[in-house]
Amino acid sequence: MTSTAATAKVEFHEHHDYTGGKIGMWLFLFTELLLFGGMFIVYAVYRYQYPQEFHQAAMELNTLLGTINTIVLLTSSLSMALSIATLQRGKRKVSLAFLSFTIFCALVFLVNKYFEWSDKIHHGIYPNSEELLNFEKGEVLFFGLYYMMTGLHGIHVLAGAIILSIMAYFIAKRPSEKYYFYPEKLKDLQGSKLVIINQKGEEIWNGATINESVDQFSVNIKRPLTDKYIDKNNIGKLENSGLYWHLVDVIWIFLFPLFYLIT
Amino acid sequence: MSNHHEQEQHLISYSTYFLIWLGLLALTGVTVAVAGFKFKNLSVVVALVIASIKSILVFNYFMHLKYEEAFFRVMLFVTLTFFVIFITLTFFDYSFRGIIF
Repeated sequence: MTSTAATAKVEFHEHHDYTGGKIGMWLFLFTELLLFGGMFIVYAVYRYQYPQEFHQAAMELNTLLGTINTIVLLTSSLSMALSIATLQRGKRKVSLAFLSFTIFCALVFLVNKYFEWSDKIHHGIYPNSEELLNFEKGEVLFFGLYYMMTGLHGIHVLAGAIILSIMAYFIAKRPSEKYYFYPEKLKDLQGSKLVIINQKGEEIWNGATINESVDQFSVNIKRPLTDKYIDKNNIGKLENSGLYWHLVDVIWIFLFPLFYLIT
Repeated sequence: MSNHHEQEQHLISYSTYFLIWLGLLALTGVTVAVAGFKFKNLSVVVALVIASIKSILVFNYFMHLKYEEAFFRVMLFVTLTFFVIFITLTFFDYSFRGIIF
């Protein structure tokens, strides 16, 4: 082999601060915990002040729908955990299936919530409705908290479904990025031929002649050049999204008995 | 390069996840069943204790907190401590309002 006239180098930018990313995610989750925590304190104070009215108002809620939604969210948490666990073991398609099921559960939860809320609204129970204003003060407060807290939780479910869909896209998408080389001594190679040779010395691809119009080479790279894509070796983003999803589940674990089970 | 975390990462078996899920479903059943009993003031305590056990399961296994470095648990502890301080101070205020004014 003669001396190389042109040299080229591919740069892989694969720096992920795995632990740093996770700490950042947890810090964000703590702000979420305290956001809901503030509302739980408001709930605690009003329930302490109006225990009877809270019991009375909670009778209006559909315990069966609440229980179904609890099971749906717990199951979605399981499939989220399994999605991460399967991807850690390199099973990309199984992981995607579990992730899709998680997103499906999120949508089922929201559809249930829609039926639940529209039933309440149909009965004239919604913030500032004439019907509700005739209720006892404690009951008005209960339904105010009910709409506020389950509403904010519902927004989190919706946000979670969107985030998980984006993650699914980055698991499903195969990297295909063009990398361009501009070899320094390209003009010395004019008239030569570009060939791809395997280990045995066989010409796999008998390529094109480099004429004077050629000024660059390019390679279509099928492995990630950046940490945009999610795979076995770059799973941080999926794990952090999973943490968010489980936190949404934890908040519901507290919302469910405090609103649906105080009859 | 980037694979250093692979060795550190603790792989939790699929069966563990299924067991945790079954446990969570069972506790949901318990909390729904218990809500029917007349415990008076205790019922909210029972509901919160069950919810706390459920969230500990989710935090430790689904969110891997059990297998993380201690720092993560310290952060969670600090957050919950702040929450307890907030709720205690709020109830100090509300519980004694009638007495002072």
